[in-house]
Amino acid sequence: MEKITLDKGAPEGLSRVDGRMKVTGRAKYSAEYKVAGVTYGVLAGSTITSGSIKTIDTKKAENAPGVLAVITYLNAPKIPGYQTETPAAKGALKIFYDDKIFFNGQPVALVIADTFERALFAASLVKVTYNATTFQTNLKSNLSTGVSPHNGPDYLRGSGDAYKNAPVKVEQEYLIPTEVHNPMELHAIIASWDADDKVSVYDKTQGIKSTQRSIAQAFKLPQENVHVMSPFVGGAFGAALRTWPHEIAAVLAAKVVKKPVKLVLSRADMFTSVGYRPHTWQKIGLGATADGKLTGITHEASGQTSVYEDFTEGVVNISQLMYACPNVNTKYRLVSLNVNTPTPMRGPGEATGAFALESAMDELSYALNIDPIELRMRNYAETDPQTGKPYSSKFLNDAYKIGADAIGWSKRNAKPGTVKENGWLAGYGMAAGMFGAYRGSATVVARLLADGTLHIETAVTDIGPGTGTAMTTIASEVMGISSDKVNFKLGDSTMPPSPTQGGSSVTATVGSAVSDACTQLKEKLKELNGNSESASAGYAQILQQHNLPQLEVTVTSKGGPELGKYAMYSWSVHFMKVLVHPVTGVVKIQQGLSVADAGHIVSPKTARSQMIGGSIMGAGMALMEEAVIDHRYGRLMNNNFADYHVPVQADIPQIEALFVNKPDPYLNPMGAKGMGEIATIGVAAALANAVYNATGKRVRDLPITPDKLV
Amino acid sequence: MKQFQYIRPATQQNVLDAITKPGTKIIAGGTNLVDLMKRGVTAPDKLVDINHLPLKSITPSKTGLLIGALALNSVVSENTLVLQKQPLLSMALKAGASPQLRNMATVGGNMMQRTRCSYFYDTTMPCNKREPGTGCGALEGYNRMHAIFGTSPQCIAVHPSDMCVGLAALDAVVVIAGKKGDRRIPFTEFHRLPGDHPETDNHLAPGELIVGVEIPDNNFSQHSYYLKVRDRQSYAFALVSVAAALDISGGVIRNARLAMGGVAHKPWRLFDAEKSLIGKPATEASFKHAAQIAMQGAKAYEYNAFKLKMAPGTITEALKHAAGLA
Repeated sequence: MEKITLDKGAPEGLSRVDGRMKVTGRAKYSAEYKVAGVTYGVLAGSTITSGSIKTIDTKKAENAPGVLAVITYLNAPKIPGYQTETPAAKGALKIFYDDKIFFNGQPVALVIADTFERALFAASLVKVTYNATTFQTNLKSNLSTGVSPHNGPDYLRGSGDAYKNAPVKVEQEYLIPTEVHNPMELHAIIASWDADDKVSVYDKTQGIKSTQRSIAQAFKLPQENVHVMSPFVGGAFGAALRTWPHEIAAVLAAKVVKKPVKLVLSRADMFTSVGYRPHTWQKIGLGATADGKLTGITHEASGQTSVYEDFTEGVVNISQLMYACPNVNTKYRLVSLNVNTPTPMRGPGEATGAFALESAMDELSYALNIDPIELRMRNYAETDPQTGKPYSSKFLNDAYKIGADAIGWSKRNAKPGTVKENGWLAGYGMAAGMFGAYRGSATVVARLLADGTLHIETAVTDIGPGTGTAMTTIASEVMGISSDKVNFKLGDSTMPPSPTQGGSSVTATVGSAVSDACTQLKEKLKELNGNSESASAGYAQILQQHNLPQLEVTVTSKGGPELGKYAMYSWSVHFMKVLVHPVTGVVKIQQGLSVADAGHIVSPKTARSQMIGGSIMGAGMALMEEAVIDHRYGRLMNNNFADYHVPVQADIPQIEALFVNKPDPYLNPMGAKGMGEIATIGVAAALANAVYNATGKRVRDLPITPDKLV
Repeated sequence: MKQFQYIRPATQQNVLDAITKPGTKIIAGGTNLVDLMKRGVTAPDKLVDINHLPLKSITPSKTGLLIGALALNSVVSENTLVLQKQPLLSMALKAGASPQLRNMATVGGNMMQRTRCSYFYDTTMPCNKREPGTGCGALEGYNRMHAIFGTSPQCIAVHPSDMCVGLAALDAVVVIAGKKGDRRIPFTEFHRLPGDHPETDNHLAPGELIVGVEIPDNNFSQHSYYLKVRDRQSYAFALVSVAAALDISGGVIRNARLAMGGVAHKPWRLFDAEKSLIGKPATEASFKHAAQIAMQGAKAYEYNAFKLKMAPGTITEALKHAAGLA
């Protein structure tokens, strides 16, 4: 294999601009704001899984010390946005709307008291009786009830099920359990009505403007009368992409008690209130010629959703897009169950689909006796297989080579179950991932002050990737000023609009606006300077000469029509080396390595952290995360951090992240592509493939816990 | 959480006086009790704090090592005498919980911790241990973590401790104070099987206080090992764990101790398997044979059948480690 030399001379980049604030506790998260006169809300959840509320006795709770109100569907003021919208067959859960129960844990009451402890105690005193009806929570036994989302057609390219006629084929089923985002920071909101028609919220959210719109819509307020503040978010991974019922409930409660209300979900609430990656069944058929050219891909998937709302994601899309294959057909079904609605979780759909597709590709590599990387290269898509469009940029082949070289892929013994290290079976696995590279619209205001400092604002959030750091880097590079002269502010709805942080699009979108704004500032400075380019050291002087306290531009930036000409994707390759104990079945990751083709890397340090974090999330998906329901009761059995396992330090070795770091010429001025999703997409398959290489056991239902390997 | 009274009696005698009333619970590290109170699984009227009692010391006695009931799990696991004389106990402790929890949890509290069965913890579910007569949710439910030995139709929960598995293997004795005076119970007889009264975890009588455990000196320190199989490498309860201690001379086993965790309502001592090892060569074959004996009478449920295979494998593996063969 040709050796690709990495540009080791690339600067490491800025340290996280808010890192010191975060580790010293000065960064305030939504629940931490001191709001005068604040009261505390605690939700009580349904203990049945389907049916209706027969009676609610709130007397004891209301009489408990410190209680200000107990809100239920019986006494809740009508939420205007719930009343006027056209009644749809399905939609978001309307909290305290009627007596219907759709899932276990659905909020049935909100207690507001003067302290959190009193509210919590009083919530335990709310007594509810129900008319329980039969319910379904088991995906596997309800697969036959699946329906096509919006009754849409299935995807077909070439001829369907072509794999069946191939000389070499793989046909297997794969299963992922429900996986819950579980960011470290609990979802929290503090809602205060400043006037009858004006409300302020400190809220954990990924979308400042979307939250503002949702609350305004629910309470029929002018959008500008809703002030959303979310300057720090302690992880979200998709769980804060939308406005959830508890947020509406807190705003409602603040209106009822005429005081600010703080509502922090409990860890148990987090399992039933803010979405999850849905339990999904998949079937893959791959057909290939003896020399490893794919002749057919068939991918079917059925994911669970709630009975009240459809949630769809791109589970099967990756099979339409990843490889050059003339015949592809996919089918995606939704199975409605008595559960809460899922929501995108990092690498949504694609991470689920990639587990199946990239596991199946590994199985095919063994069936063909062709190295898994070689197999992928033989089916490399040079243009987008779905549309035929050229890629804006694609350096996945480079990523394969960089990764193979760095992990020492040549040391892998292709024969499974044959390598032992200190009594443990050792194995290598790899898998690839891809995700659309998007660019939306964002507006920023940039002010250059006469002291030479630059202040930029936009209503985006930073859920952890280091948005502030990336934006500071871009501004400092375009303006040619040092980063400590740049002050980037975010997280407030009074700032110019920015998109929701999600779908790996913020650096490409907001970064472009920052870049454009800085370019405009430079042009203005040039004009002021008699049309001559000024060195950055002279900016302050130019302003002072013209007696200007500041120079301000507001710039809206979005991609032009050229975006439509190209297929735009980020790519990743994940490598894992595992040790598996032959007797106990314990899996230890010994080495992890991810390589990303995410265009030009704007902020190397935070990009590396993001890739490593995504890999750890994938490790959790592969090896331990699983929300379990007792289908007799429809109730979650492990809604806490002792029983729902996420990786701990001891599970994670050194994980490396490398970047191809070649700019995308079309997507945006920085040449950057998104990376949040590709950091996780493919990781679970890389681990499953490594476990197979180590043991000869193919685990197709996640997580790969020791019991499945003994 | 229900409102409760909190008291801190000055002396051990005052504590014994205070704990006679029903509805009273002793609190030490609180790492389990507070969880249970928050979840509504237990709702004491009164908490008696004993953290200040002079029961923290780890001292050699004529015949063994005496560890105070209030010695912290973290302190015991790093104690020089423990590491020298009873390394198995240190290994078992370090396999349990997380460093944060071990910094709060006490030896006595660890013995008194209750099962982690999900049905026990969820007050909307049936559970004979939490609410006698309501049935066992786990019996035909999600019982992946549950027992394969000594179960009853009333309860198939497991005792969650690692430390207790070590102490059961090491022939520890529980020292108990009561109004009628002190008494001593072999550690293996401290916890009980569920039978018809799963609500009772152990033989500590109402009004009694654990003051410490004593571990007799032995010849196992060169050949002991604690092997815990779990879903992640820290802060996870055992799927199966094994405490193995061997006294080997000239390649022949002179004496052996074996106990298992994650398989029964109490730390599961493997007396017959131990006997089978005495006089045998310290080889994998002997260990496999012992593991086979250990599994007699095992019974699996829908989700924990893997333990029937994992448990004997883990016994063999732990013995190999103890013997220096792995």
